[in-house]
Parts: sequence; C-alpha cells; structure tokens
Amino acid sequence: MTTTTGRLIDPAPPAPEKTAPPTDRRALSVSGLSVAYPRRHGRGAGESVLRGVDLEVTPGQILGVIGETGSGKTTLARAVVGLAPVVGGRIEVAGIDVGGLRKRELRDHRRSGVVQYMFQDPLRSLDPDLTVADLVGEPLAVAGVERAERRARVAEALGRVGLDADALGGRIPAQLSGGQRQRVSLARAIVTRPALLLADEPVSALDASNRNHVLRLLDELRRDLGVAVVVISHDLSSLAGIADRIAVLYRGRLVEQGPTAEVLARPLHPYTALLTASAPRLDRDPAVRRDRPGRSGPVSGEAPAWAGEPGACVFAHRCPLAEADCRTQPGGSPHPGERSAACHHPVTTSADRLARAPRATT
Amino acid sequence: MSVSSPSEAVEAVEAVHSGPGGEPVLTVDGLHITVAGGRAEAVRDVAFTVHAGEAVGVVGESGSGKTLTCRSLLGVLPPGCEVSAGSAVLAGDGGAVTELTALDRRQWERLRGAELGAVFQDPASYLNPALTVGRQLAEPLRVRLGMTRARARERAVELFASVGLREPAQVYHRYPHELSGGMLQRVLIAIAVACDPRLLVADEATTALDTVVQAEVLDLLARLRDERGLALLLVTHDLAVVAEVTDRVLVFYAGEIVEDGPTQDVVHRPAHPYTAALLRVASLGDWNRRELAVIPGRPPEAGQAPPGCRFADRCDFAEDRCRTAPIPLTRTPGGRRVRCVRAAELTPILTAPPEEVPA
Repeated sequence: MTTTTGRLIDPAPPAPEKTAPPTDRRALSVSGLSVAYPRRHGRGAGESVLRGVDLEVTPGQILGVIGETGSGKTTLARAVVGLAPVVGGRIEVAGIDVGGLRKRELRDHRRSGVVQYMFQDPLRSLDPDLTVADLVGEPLAVAGVERAERRARVAEALGRVGLDADALGGRIPAQLSGGQRQRVSLARAIVTRPALLLADEPVSALDASNRNHVLRLLDELRRDLGVAVVVISHDLSSLAGIADRIAVLYRGRLVEQGPTAEVLARPLHPYTALLTASAPRLDRDPAVRRDRPGRSGPVSGEAPAWAGEPGACVFAHRCPLAEADCRTQPGGSPHPGERSAACHHPVTTSADRLARAPRATT
Repeated sequence: MSVSSPSEAVEAVEAVHSGPGGEPVLTVDGLHITVAGGRAEAVRDVAFTVHAGEAVGVVGESGSGKTLTCRSLLGVLPPGCEVSAGSAVLAGDGGAVTELTALDRRQWERLRGAELGAVFQDPASYLNPALTVGRQLAEPLRVRLGMTRARARERAVELFASVGLREPAQVYHRYPHELSGGMLQRVLIAIAVACDPRLLVADEATTALDTVVQAEVLDLLARLRDERGLALLLVTHDLAVVAEVTDRVLVFYAGEIVEDGPTQDVVHRPAHPYTAALLRVASLGDWNRRELAVIPGRPPEAGQAPPGCRFADRCDFAEDRCRTAPIPLTRTPGGRRVRCVRAAELTPILTAPPEEVPA
C-alpha cells in the first residue's frame, strides 16, 4: 500500500516559516475587483470578466467559490496570484497589496510561496518527466531553500497528504492513480507552507471516495496549519462538508455570499436557488427535482427584451422573478461581512411567487 | 451479425414504447473482458438486461469495470482489451437480434448511431471541429435514413429543438468551438438519437457539466425516454445522479456486479456493504461542516483480486467464510441480486441512517 488512510498522525504541526499571520489578519482580502482581458485587436481593455468582487478569507478558513463555466471563478484565482489583468479594485494577500508590487517585487512575492495555486487536472499541470520528489521540491527550489532541507520538507509534505515518500518519490505522474496525482499536486502546493491556498477544481475528476479523501486533507490543512483555502468548483458536492463560507459567481458578478449552510439551505439569489435545486442528491423524491424554479428560464413566457442589455441584472435573462427594476444591475456586491445577495427580489421576500420552488433542506 | 430470432424467444410485444418491464433491448450474459493483451481479467461474469424505456444506472469507483463494460457494448474497447467470453445481445426491430461481441468493424459502423446511440464525457472530442454541428447531424440522416439534403436539414433543426437548444436554426450553422459544453452535449445527444436508436449509452455524460446544465441534460434524457421509449444505460460514479434518473442500478466493484435492484430500493435499503459505503461518500444534500466519510483502502488491481469476496479487505463485516471461495451473485426477493453471503443479516444494519454507520 502506498497510501495511508484516515486521519494523519503527524503530532506537531510545523510552525509556518515566518511568524504565522496574526489571527485578526486576513489571509486574503479582495475589494472591488474588476478584471478585463485586453482586446484582441486595438487598444484598451475588453469586456469585463469580473466586476466589483469583494471577498475575504481568514487563516484557517475555507471559502468555496461556485459558479458555472465562464462565470469568472478561475479568473478570480488567477488575479489573486497575479496572472490576470486587474483593471480595478485591490487584492491583499497576507497584508501585501499585490497590485502595488513592481515587476521584481511581484516575482519575489510569487516565488516566496506565500500564496499557492493548485491547478485543475494534475495530469496536465504536472511535468510528466519529473519524479514526485522533484515535483514537490520544485517550489522550494524556486524559493531558494537548501537541498538538504528540501528533502526533509518534501517528505513531510508527502506524509501530510498521505503518500509514502520512499515508495512514491521516484515515480513519474503517469505511474500514479488519479487520486495520488491530486495528492501530489496538493503536497506541491503546501510544501512552501503558504498562508493562502487556491485550489481550482481540486476534486472534480475524482470519484466520490477519492473526492472525500482530498477534501478531508484540505480540511486538515486549514485546521493543523492555519492555511486559508479557497476552493473553486462548478459542483456543490466538491464544497459540501468543508467550506465555511460560499461565494456564488454568475457572469463575472458575485451574486451572493455567506455562511455555507445559510447560502445553500436558504438561498437569497434566484440563481443560487436554481443551483441548489439542480444539484443531484440522494435524499429527495426524483420527481421533485424536475419542478425546480427557473430551470428553463422565466416561469411565464419569454425573458424580457432588455435582459441582455449591459446595465441589466446579469441573471435577468433566465430569472423567474425578473421585473422592470431588474433592468439595472442591483447596486454593489454582497459584502464579505454580510449575508446578502445582489438581487432586487431576494427569494425570501418572494417566497409566495416561488411557492413551487423546492427548498433545499429547510 | 443480424439473425432473425427464434419465434418463441422474442415474443413480439405490441407496445414497443412501453415502460420498464417492456421487452428486453439489451441482454448481457456471462461477459468477461481482459486487459493488458489478455493477461488480466478486468470484468468477470457480468450479466444484466435492459428493457425498452428503462433507465439503468451503472455505478462504481474508478477502475470498477463499469466503463469497460459499456465500451464493449459500443465496440470501442481500448487497445489491449477484449471480450474473452460471454454474449451481449441487442434486440432490433421486428424481432431481429444482434450479437454485439461478434461484430466486425463495418458491422459496428452500421449499428452505432442507428440502433445504438452513445454519449461520452467530453463532447468536444467526438465532434469534427471543421464542420458545422448541423452538418454533423444531417449527414447520418442522409446516409442512414436516405433523406434528401433539404429534408435532413429540416429534421436536424427539429432534433436540435427537441433537445432544448434555443434558436436551433442558428445553432445548425455553428462550429463546435462556438458552443458551450452543455450545448455540445445536447448536440451529441441529438446526433445519438437522430436515427431513433433503441438504446442510448451515456458514459459519464454529465460529469463535466455545470450543475444547472447537468440537471437539464438529465431531464432531457428522461424526456427522450418517456417520449421515444428509449432504453438508457447511464454509467457514472455519482450515485446521486443515478438515484434521480434511473429505475434500476447495477453496482460494480473490482470487475463484478455486486448489487442489482430497483434504484430507490437499493439507495434506501442497500444489501451489499460496498453499496452502503458508496452511499456514505455520495452527496447527501447535507451542506454543513462535517467529517466526510471515505472508503478505506483501494480496490484490487485487475487480475489481482483475492479468491473470495473482492471487497472483503475493505469491509467492516467480513468473516473468514467471505475470503475462501468466490461469492455468487444471489437473487433475493423484490427483483434484486446481491453478491454477499451476509446480505440478509446485514441489510437492517446497512439501512441505518448514515450518521449511525461507522464511517
């Protein structure tokens, strides 16, 4: 057996390299973030991929970011590590204003490993020719850690994700199972003892048992090492059981955020309501799922003609509750401290109109 | 190879589009599949039947043999893998039957898309990027059904509309790269059902889709089944998907069927400890913070299964007698089958609410 299972028994969690960020300090603070990729032809920024996003994550907290393809969730993570063109707003990682860093400072910041980005699809993001030990040690080499110390840290990181460094350290990615590859990605991401870990679809390629293994590892990392974790997913089951807070993205806008249980059990935004009602689950009469609200656009008739206008609410084109005032995007982004939704007609105040809507777990 | 059936073997059922319990569309018996050029057996003695209008789910962990089984039914086994024994019979129109394990490449090409439709996880890789999606749908209509160019186009637009694509006439002229994943999956479903197949095989067809789109595609499959009497074989690792759209579920473990029965019965009253373990790790609809369950250990590699129960090493309830000889798949009341010697005594224990079962 090359994997250990169950809870990890490393007794003394290693102290983070530099002094741990004080608990009142936010590991990640994003305010008013807008991102737009340059136009392919001509000058200036193109259409926004993200608009006015506010987020916060504290050490030891897991934030789940959920949204469909093209909602901007991967762009959000890329902006945090400095890989996407920020056109507005502010990003602070462990107290450092990332946007204020000049070229060399930005490079040093990236190399320090304070923030780590765990890419989706380990088969494609891991160099196929490097051994597991080299892959996991690489971020340390980049950060300038001595070879001897590197060895020990690699073994420690592999141990933490439940892989045996002696048995697997010499293998290349092709010789690993999908679950093992995902653990190698995770070991590589935590070997620098980051303050913030961004995990992009960490479990979407895994079956349910392996998925839970990896989610438990993320949960242990936050608990034992105080890492702040952002888990990005298109799928609610990848967040269930570990996320403290959920942020819901739709077409580049943050439409709702709040504590996980509240957001998913009593969604305020109609998109979140549609999302929770669409997620397959075991404890429900199959017939109920087909009656979910807004599953095929507005309840009565066609979407309003203005629904596609730039200033309109991003969800108006398929919202069962859309009315004339939805022609303007609800002001402001839901703020991290509040339980709110960017919606003129939050579901709670419209309960009668959504009477057919299945409530998640109330 | 198409042969006409013995008159008494396949009784002509009047309502072809009857619900579950209609005539059998696919009958798999004693199917064995070997991998690595015949050196290891990855699927052992698989037998099941899919009836007209019935949706059957196939679940199991990665490497359980569920995908190999379904690929063998489509004639698309990876290199080095082959059916070493058994039969898979597809019933055609007018009582004709086809033995799928004996087809050559040309016979497969005639059958696939006509009597047998397939949808896979990654729709983009099954479409030609250089042709419009409309042309890729119209072509089989012209070739297989002999439609004229104009009629095929008309029918293609109808099919695009029937799978829920908005503005189907515009979609007809789009190239694959211009459509989203959910739209491509609908295009692929439209192509798969274009020639009115009797059986649609969907291998992880909704796994990569967004939650809302996944639900819409599952609705679409359910609707096609109701409207056309399409039989559906849905392969997935997500038990929650199976619970919501199938009538019957086959649970695969290490190349064998370990449990088979009506989906709601199996999901609410699992008889095999492995099924119970899968249920514990599935999405329960409980979003609160909790210790997530896992199935300890790993399944045996192909060809290295122990002589007795293949799940014994990971099972909380294994006894000495589980490990000595192969465990038969035994019929139990209620149309179920289970491969566990302790099934009768364990069912009440396994049915206990999840939080009371040791994780």
